[in-house]
Amino acid sequence: MTNSITALDFTLIRPEMFLLAATCLVLIADLFITDRHRQLSYFASLLTLGVTAVLVAATPGEPHRVFHGMFVSDGVARLLKLVTCGTVAAVFLYSRDYLIKRGLFRGEYFVLALFACFGIFIMASAGSLLTMYLGIELLALSQYSLVAFDRDSPVAAESAMKYFVLGAIASGALLYGISIIYGVTGTFDLAELAMRVDVIAANKVGLLFGLAFLMAGIGFKFGAVPFHMWIPDVYHGAPTSVTLFLGAAPKLAYFALALRVLAEGLGNAVLAWQDMLVVLALLSIAVGNVVAVAQTNLKRMLAYSTISNVGFILLGILAGTPFGYRAALFYTIAYVIMALGSFAMIVLLSRKGFEADRIEDFRGLAQKHPWFAWMMLFLMVSTAGVPPFVGFFAKLYVIQAILSVGLTWLAIAAVLFSVVGAFYYLRIVKVMFFDAPTEEVTVNPGLGIRVLLSLNALGVLALGIFNSSLVETISKAFR
Amino acid sequence: MIGLPHFLVLAGVLFSIAVAGIFLNRKNMIVLLMCIELMLLAVNFNFIAFSRWLGNLDGQVFVFFILTVAAAESAIGLAILVVVFRERRGINVDSLDAMRG
Repeated sequence: MTNSITALDFTLIRPEMFLLAATCLVLIADLFITDRHRQLSYFASLLTLGVTAVLVAATPGEPHRVFHGMFVSDGVARLLKLVTCGTVAAVFLYSRDYLIKRGLFRGEYFVLALFACFGIFIMASAGSLLTMYLGIELLALSQYSLVAFDRDSPVAAESAMKYFVLGAIASGALLYGISIIYGVTGTFDLAELAMRVDVIAANKVGLLFGLAFLMAGIGFKFGAVPFHMWIPDVYHGAPTSVTLFLGAAPKLAYFALALRVLAEGLGNAVLAWQDMLVVLALLSIAVGNVVAVAQTNLKRMLAYSTISNVGFILLGILAGTPFGYRAALFYTIAYVIMALGSFAMIVLLSRKGFEADRIEDFRGLAQKHPWFAWMMLFLMVSTAGVPPFVGFFAKLYVIQAILSVGLTWLAIAAVLFSVVGAFYYLRIVKVMFFDAPTEEVTVNPGLGIRVLLSLNALGVLALGIFNSSLVETISKAFR
Repeated sequence: MIGLPHFLVLAGVLFSIAVAGIFLNRKNMIVLLMCIELMLLAVNFNFIAFSRWLGNLDGQVFVFFILTVAAAESAIGLAILVVVFRERRGINVDSLDAMRG
């Protein structure tokens, strides 16, 4: 860390500066566009993401701490940002038709999603607890507004209110934890924190007290049991195009939150937070998989599936080893791709006045549209963790990571609950292939969404077969 | 003599009142927003007390950021409240029960 701000500092935050400026520009320009030309905001948002991705790719991969240690630029941040750009762009492409048909094709959707994307960028590069907090809030506030975006839907308003209140409690708990940790260590800087936690005994009561609150906040943000109550209601109540966003991109940011704060800042207190994460992860995998079986609404079922998958991400992090963090990042990226595809299937089948979010809406899809039934099969089977899909390798690496630190019983429990989980994924497959279609099943005629969804589902297979390339990319990022 | 422990206890009590208020309140959503605000202010107390005790200004700088974010948060909370009111003609907490499972 240097004491002055140099040109290098500004070079490294170029993607963030561009993203913020371009988002503000889209926000202002959208005010002067009539509804007939609303497509301009859409294309401008996609262009923003594209240019940002290019700028991110151009930043050097070596670790730098700039702006007095507030901002970290390293390989992990770069990888997370690139995946975020891709995810948000895919969300835009998927939701375009959905939004147009429901009269929701407004600039606010794109601007809020871009601001959320900016929040994710800040979290991925946070070098201090202050930067992290600001990133979390930017992401959270954009998400609350996105959920309430469909002003005429009573369930959307209700779920937005629930999300807002629970999210605010999570921020409160997180801040309380940060304040105690500040009191014990006297710093917000994560690199500095790592050194001071080494000096003052890592098991000091004050630190543990702060850590417990911090963990509650992180658990809330991830949606880990017992802090998961908001996930099903929010996923169910929000418009599907928003659920698509919520289910995918923010998981990358919460991974960054756990990595930066727990692994980098409090790495020396690993034994203290490992026990807490074991409880969160085990409960998430158990409750998520068991409760999902009882769901009839597909969005709620996928919400419980999210909870169980979050448990697996936490498993990788709690190993507390470099291999564990890499496995967790692999799992996060794999999960984001699978979640994107699964929610996009609901968007694909929905039309005006019909949401296609019940499991029975998928009945007999294989007879009418065999190609998309197979695509959904790929996504479901991959999420269930069947080889050779990417979901299998994600689970495999995470389990290897916890076995290597001697938590054999936890690995066995995780595998057993995954078997329970396979039931509800396979039920979708059964409904699609073996049930007679009861009413007209139609697929969105848009060519873009069909191609993208096919690529997404085939990507799950390709990433599974060529999983070593993703592993290599991740190892390179951590170097 | 009033020292650091007094401030920490006060902040802890305020924080607990805020959390209890959110979970016990069954009547009015505005009260929820007030509890959230109280929670953030309790945390601010902590930051300022520690900042003074450590002789380090960082904590007070953090408080300014929290105050700003809290203002933005209230604005969004009230906006969501207006949407809820338009739909149900009421802001009763118990009316938020359309989704179960």
